[in-house]
This record gives sequence, C-alpha cells and structure tokens, in this order.
Amino acid sequence: MDAAAIPPPLWLLAELTYRCPLHCPFCYNPVDYANERTELSTEQWFDVLRQARQLGAAQLGFSGGEPLLRDDLEELVGEGRRLGFYTNLITSGIGLTEPRLARMKELGLDHIQLSFQDSTREMNDFLSSTKTFDLKARVARLIKQYDYPMVLNVVLHRFNLDHVDRIIDMALEMGVEYLELANTQYYGWGLVNRAQLMPTREQLLRAEAVVNEYRARIGNKVRILFVVPDYFEDRPKACMNGWGSVFLGIAPDGTALPCHAARTLPGIAFPNVRAFSLREIWYASGAFNRYRGDAWMKSPCRDCAEKNKDFGGCRCQAYALTGDAENADPVCGKSERHGEVLAVVMRAQQRVEDGVRPIVFRTDANSRGMGNGGV
Amino acid sequence: MQTAIPDKPALSRLFRMQWEEAQNNYVLLYPEGMVKLNGSAAEILKRCDGQHSVPAIVEELEQAFQTAGLQADVDDFLRAASERGWFA
Repeated sequence: MDAAAIPPPLWLLAELTYRCPLHCPFCYNPVDYANERTELSTEQWFDVLRQARQLGAAQLGFSGGEPLLRDDLEELVGEGRRLGFYTNLITSGIGLTEPRLARMKELGLDHIQLSFQDSTREMNDFLSSTKTFDLKARVARLIKQYDYPMVLNVVLHRFNLDHVDRIIDMALEMGVEYLELANTQYYGWGLVNRAQLMPTREQLLRAEAVVNEYRARIGNKVRILFVVPDYFEDRPKACMNGWGSVFLGIAPDGTALPCHAARTLPGIAFPNVRAFSLREIWYASGAFNRYRGDAWMKSPCRDCAEKNKDFGGCRCQAYALTGDAENADPVCGKSERHGEVLAVVMRAQQRVEDGVRPIVFRTDANSRGMGNGGV
Repeated sequence: MQTAIPDKPALSRLFRMQWEEAQNNYVLLYPEGMVKLNGSAAEILKRCDGQHSVPAIVEELEQAFQTAGLQADVDDFLRAASERGWFA
C-alpha cells in the first residue's frame, strides 16, 4: 500500500505492564506473558506518546495488565494530557487509592474504565481468583466522587450472562455513564478456556433481550454497549477497523502491534519502539503493511463484495482456528471452515459439566508452562 | 426515544472538542471514541457553551457567515446531537 494512502493512527494503546493482581481466565494478554518481563522506562514511554501524538493519535489508553502497578502512571497521564490526548485509564481498580485518583484528576485524566467480573461477590472473586469485589465497589464510589466519566466493563461468558439484569442494576446504582458488556473474545487466555466460557445460544438471546428491555426503560441514563460474540454471527467483525488502519498498540517491552493478539501470528517480526521511530513502524514496517489493503486476501474474501466492510475479519482468529492468517476469519458463513466454529458453539449447547477440564486461570505459573499459541 | 434540545445547550463533560492538525478538522473526543466534525457542526458546537440560547446560536451563525435561514439546519443538528447524548 502506498504510504500516502495510509491513514494516521488515531488510537494509541499503551500496555504499560503485563503484571496484574487478577487472574481472569478470559484475559487477552499473551498466554506466555510471564516469559517477557522487560518494560519500557518512563522516558521511553514519554517518547512514544510524543511521537504518536505527532503522527495524529488523539485517543490514548493506559492498559495492561494493571497499569496502576506502574509507579509512573501519573506522570504518563500528565504528559499524555499535556500533549492533547484524550486520556483513558483501563483498570481493575486494584491500587486505585484516593491520593492517586486525586492526583490524576489534577493532571487531567479524562476517563476511567473500571472492570468488574460479575455483579455478585462470589462470581467476581471466583473469576478473578482474588477477593476484590468489595474493594472494586469502593473504588467505583471514589471514581464518581471525583466526578470522572466512567465506563463499567464486564466481560460476559456462560458464568455471568444470566446475571446481565443485576449487572445493569449495579451500573445504574454506581451512576456510570457507559456500561460495556463485552462478550468474551477468544484470544489469549480466553482461547485456552474457550470450552468453559462459551455460552449457549439461549443464554445469549436471553441476555440480549434483557439489555433491550433496559435500554427502552432507562433511555440514555446509562449507555449500554453490548459487544456481540462473533462465534454466534455469520459475518466476521471488522477487526481493529482494519489492520494498521486506526489502532497502534505498544506492548510493555516496546513491541508495536496492530492488534493486542498479533504476536500469536508466526513469521512476522513486529518492530520495537526502541529500534524504530513510530513513523517508520506505522508507515514503512513489513508488519504494519502486511494486511493493509486487500492484495493479501485469498478466496472467498478476495472476491467478496463485503471485503471493504469487514476486511476478512480477524487475522489472529483466522490463524488460531485455521492455521493460516490469510484465510477468511472462519466465523464468516462464507468460509469453508465455518463448520468448525458452528461445532464449537454446538458443543457449548450440549456441554455436560464433567468431561470439560477445569478453568486455567491466568497465573505466572500457568503462563510459564505455555507456548506462544497457548497449548 | 425523542430527546429534547436544551434551551442553552452545553457539551456534556464526557466530551471534549478540539482541533486536530493531523486530520485538519475538529473532533469530539469521548471515552474510547472520537467523532470527526464537519465545518458547520464545529461552528454550532463551538457556541454550545451553556450561555447561548438556540436562537442566539442561529443569529450568531447567520451573522458570522452572512446568510439567513439556518434555523432548520441548526435544529436538526442539535436534535441529532441531543439524541447522541452530547449535551449536559
């Protein structure tokens, strides 16, 4: 693709660390994160922020892992805001003390996305493998006390889809502006635990109906985003709005990624900000150019009228499920491998409680035993 | 659901409007999202400061751009913006 035709990155995601106090089995971090402990320094992050802003990025997310585990988070927030970014903190809330909240407010942090694992203490604490429900509830009150715009994020799967009504009630009680009900995406740890997390179609339909009832009742009081699980669709998602089109992720060690999961793809050397400028990375690197445009596509994407709408779906999912990243994402009904996705969904309907291996929690010990692909 | 236009519209605190040099246009930034604004949308929103009434916004725009009959366009835009939750 001609560099002049490449749009600038708009969304910079700074994954400050893979360290995290929680152990969620649907985490999208790499399953082998424990083997990579290098983290960029404060100065290196400052440099990344400045370069990205110069390229045109306007949204800045601080994520992880748990970004609060970085002592320099406040400095990074301040610099991001000073540069003109809209600054988003994406957090579990663990470590979000009142002094830190107050300091980040002064420095201009624009918004906080707080994750809960469920509306009940039991399920929240089971899924995160920590006793954190009460702490998170206190943090939610503090965030509102400091008048931050707030998104409550809850990842959905078979263990909590039936609680959607109570989750929405919790969001209303907290006074959040947005509720993101994000059905699990099967990457990283989510893919490892797919058989355990996959809901039934009935669960999903019931939850969607509940969401629609609430929307009709509460109007714009809380805006509810319901992220549909793509395995249940017959067209793929327009993943990242196209490879190298909007999103620029920087992993803790400085690796630049066109999506969070890209490092699962074999044979691509993802450039590191310690060796290359962001301009070189975004416009000239082989990795970011690899799936731009449509020259790389195979049948059926190549000849598909919808190829400019969904870009053939997700490359990481195509690789994980078909062994070839250039295939159509098999959630697409036009993919010859779509039957395998249907079979996964079907197995979820028929699941018997025994015969499915236990959930693999995201822990350092489990991570060290994982290869790059997660099995 | 029909959302009423506030008497003196002001941007909700969820949104920040700013000029983006790289895009050569104004944008509205909000939690994890961005809307690119065309020229007329930006001119209207600049005046949504909680001080201007809707007729005052129309009058100012008509003067600034030496034109008349903007009322309907401004109303349409403000209604759509209200429905998207842009106003406090």
